Amino acid sequence: MAAVVESRPIGDVVLKADEVTVTFGAVKALTGVSFDVKEREILAIIGPNGAGKTTMLNVINGFYHPDTGSITFKGQTRKRMRPHVAAAQGIARTFQNVALFKGMSTLDNIMTGRNLKMSRWATNVISSAIYYGPTQKEEIAHRERAEHVIDFLEIQSIRKTPVGRLPYGLQKRVELGRALAAEPDLLLLDEPMAGMNLEEKQDMCRFVLEVNDEFGTTITLIEHDMGVVMDISDRVVVLDYGKKIAEGTPDEIKTNQTVIDAYLGVAHE
Amino acid sequence: MDVLTAIFVAPFLDMADSPAFFFEVVIGGLMTGVMYSLVALGFVLIFKASSVFNFAQGVFALFAAMTLVGLMTGTVPFALDKALPGMPAFVAIVLTGVVMVGLAFLVERVVLRPMVNQDHIIMFMSTIGIAFVLEGVGDMMWGSDVKVLDVGIPTGSFFFLDMMIQVFDLWAAAIAGVLVISLAVFFQKTRTGRALRAVADDHQAALSVGIPLKTIWVIVWSVAGIVALVAGIMWGSKSGVQFSLSLIALRALPVLILGGFTSVPGAIVGGLIIGVGEKVAEVYWGPLVNGAIENWFAYVLALVFLLFRPQGLFGEKIIERV
Amino acid sequence: MIYRETGQFKPTYQSDKAVFPIAQDRWVVIAFVSFLFVVLPFLGNEYLFQAILVPVLIYSIAAIGLNLLTGYCGQLSLGTGGFMAVGAVACYKLSTAFPGMNLIVVLLLSGLITAGVGAIFGIPSLRIKGFYLAVATLAAQFFLNWLFNKIAWFQNYTPSGTLTMPPREVFGVLVTGAAAEPHHRYLFCLGVVVLLALAATNLVRGPVGRAWMAIRDMDIAAELIGFRPFHTKLLAFSVSSFYVGVAGALALALWLGSVETAEAFDINQSFQVLFMIIIGGLGSMLGSFIGAAFIVMMPILLTNVMVYGFGFEAVTAKHFEFIFFGGLIIFFLIVEPHGIARLWQIAKEKLRLWPFPH
Repeated sequence: MAAVVESRPIGDVVLKADEVTVTFGAVKALTGVSFDVKEREILAIIGPNGAGKTTMLNVINGFYHPDTGSITFKGQTRKRMRPHVAAAQGIARTFQNVALFKGMSTLDNIMTGRNLKMSRWATNVISSAIYYGPTQKEEIAHRERAEHVIDFLEIQSIRKTPVGRLPYGLQKRVELGRALAAEPDLLLLDEPMAGMNLEEKQDMCRFVLEVNDEFGTTITLIEHDMGVVMDISDRVVVLDYGKKIAEGTPDEIKTNQTVIDAYLGVAHE
Repeated sequence: MDVLTAIFVAPFLDMADSPAFFFEVVIGGLMTGVMYSLVALGFVLIFKASSVFNFAQGVFALFAAMTLVGLMTGTVPFALDKALPGMPAFVAIVLTGVVMVGLAFLVERVVLRPMVNQDHIIMFMSTIGIAFVLEGVGDMMWGSDVKVLDVGIPTGSFFFLDMMIQVFDLWAAAIAGVLVISLAVFFQKTRTGRALRAVADDHQAALSVGIPLKTIWVIVWSVAGIVALVAGIMWGSKSGVQFSLSLIALRALPVLILGGFTSVPGAIVGGLIIGVGEKVAEVYWGPLVNGAIENWFAYVLALVFLLFRPQGLFGEKIIERV
Repeated sequence: MIYRETGQFKPTYQSDKAVFPIAQDRWVVIAFVSFLFVVLPFLGNEYLFQAILVPVLIYSIAAIGLNLLTGYCGQLSLGTGGFMAVGAVACYKLSTAFPGMNLIVVLLLSGLITAGVGAIFGIPSLRIKGFYLAVATLAAQFFLNWLFNKIAWFQNYTPSGTLTMPPREVFGVLVTGAAAEPHHRYLFCLGVVVLLALAATNLVRGPVGRAWMAIRDMDIAAELIGFRPFHTKLLAFSVSSFYVGVAGALALALWLGSVETAEAFDINQSFQVLFMIIIGGLGSMLGSFIGAAFIVMMPILLTNVMVYGFGFEAVTAKHFEFIFFGGLIIFFLIVEPHGIARLWQIAKEKLRLWPFPH
């Protein structure tokens, strides 16, 4: 995979994690983790299993509340926040174990991503029951946006398939579509390449880079495939046992001894 | 103003007025509570081992009691106009126990095995199906009229410190106590008990470490069946063997919510609290609203509990992961 | 080959979202509904209307209601009987207190009142889910039954405790009360059912339905996307209770005539409606109708076959009913958890391909 040319201007800090600590009973999931995410950059969070990476994303999402520390997003600092508020502020997410709505089709799943963009007035229960009128107009308008996402991700042929029947790689792609449909400012990806073969990974990388390039979306991703991390990320944060042990560009991280030790000498090229 | 005093003041004055009566009500409530606990135990067992709420547990108790009466009086199943010689209570109880174990085999083979790893709600609904089937079969085998059950538990009452105590209730408490202790030991100390807890957590994981799922399920449902038999004997002796026995299942739900679905001591404590709560509410607050508060008091109490402590007094806290 | 979709193109998003996208489906449904409205009133006798058609229609509404809550939104409810009672009592009180009020308005208000009560009992869904929520709905069932039984005001202080629906007209035609003609009652019910079914279908194919299904499938992920779980669940409880309340009101007004609420709307009713949606198909509109028809007609069929055909006693037939339905529930849950509606879908798939096997 070719190296990315630095052509997009990376902006100021849009997300700041400040001394975030999360404990579950006696388990210290995160201890005093601080890092920044700059606008329009691709930041990778890596670390051995159990390092607390998913927990960190969950905190950014508002699903877990930090015991101490805070998250500042777009200038607003908060400690406790309900997840749907975080979503309303422009944070979208994919999950480690695909969290699609298995009972619905691909199209419907992506349409759920449009949820926050839909006018609440036009889709209230009475209008919806009548359907013809404001609700139908909303549906059609947002269906168009959803179709753009479907075209972008090249999943037109599986539009109406119930997602439970799709192969794993396609499910992950649909999940990305659902996150993209929300037109987020910050996209959190939890192991988006997990379980994919080389071709699927190439496609996925292409999509991630295009999202960042075309829409200027800031991306934070957790990933285990070092090749992917080195190639597409601008900066890397390394966690181990809930603590941040390194931060820097991919080249710096590649040669950082602490990081290498943490992985016990495993480094992909 | 009157209404407020009637609700918040008068009943407590009544209690203070005649403490002996109050304690009698409490004791009565405790005894009912013990009976609830007996039924709740069966639920806890199955839930602990398979995370399934067995709606049919009440019908199990009813079926066990019906079978017992049928064996003791020499009724021929399905052909109610003929008769066989009856048999003594002890023999009948053992035979009924065997029947319940057979029932466990049947349930495992026909219902549980095809439903491995299904959603818990789906399994719960299948137990509703089992309840209906067993109800129908029981009625067809033994007839749906009310029956009298007498296995020789001593009755009568005596006075202790101005309060009337029923001998039967004392026996019920003792039997429940023995049952609880043996079950608690079984779960904590034995290898089978550990295996049971593993199965409750994750069917597939348990299978993958070599725990024989089928055997475990048969064991659990058999034990639950025996517990149902005991509960059936106690309730049946007290109020006759009839359809309403199966509705006791519904009454056990609030008990489990209070005590926690996976806790044996919780089933006891929950049962006692519900029993006392119901009785006291009925006696002291019931007259204000025409009575029969008992019908819903337990549920509303459980509801309040659910809002503040969903895992019950002794249950395990539920942590969600993404 | 019989059931060909080829050549039916959907050039606009509107046509893609139609309720019956396949032309064959559309024609069959229109023909069937026309038959029900125009032809059947002349063909049927009183027994057909009173014992089969009207109860099936009424229970279809209740089944749709419960299906919205349990099938589409995933919240198990065992309180359907209690909520039907609310609808019936509201209808009774409104009709007797306001004799001039149009029956349609009475039904609407009864539904809305039940929706409110349903929302209140849905509040616990904020903190508890799945199976524990079912317990909260049981609380609703027993409490409501007790309330309407014990508080005499609800029965207008009648000594017998039964609620009797006074005669009422709609568009000049008598539909309630003992003197109303069976086919008039049937037509009114049919009209209500068609309207409510359309509304429900619209709800589930739009954003409201998607929100419900998202909460059902993965409520945590749904919240992280921006759905508000509490609002969504409460809406499900309200809308579902609206339907169930209307069904209860219709049951009193058009079918039973007079009810004793504790008997007519007890916990067995809750189970019956639950069985309807399990057998018919969770999360399926068609399934609600199929389930209602099945549960209403099967006992009649069974009794006829067993008692009149084979000479068993009526009591035995009743016991066998228990076994049969229980067995059917287990069968469907194991073999096809999505009920008859899914089996029907599979049949249609086969029809598309016939005579090819796959």
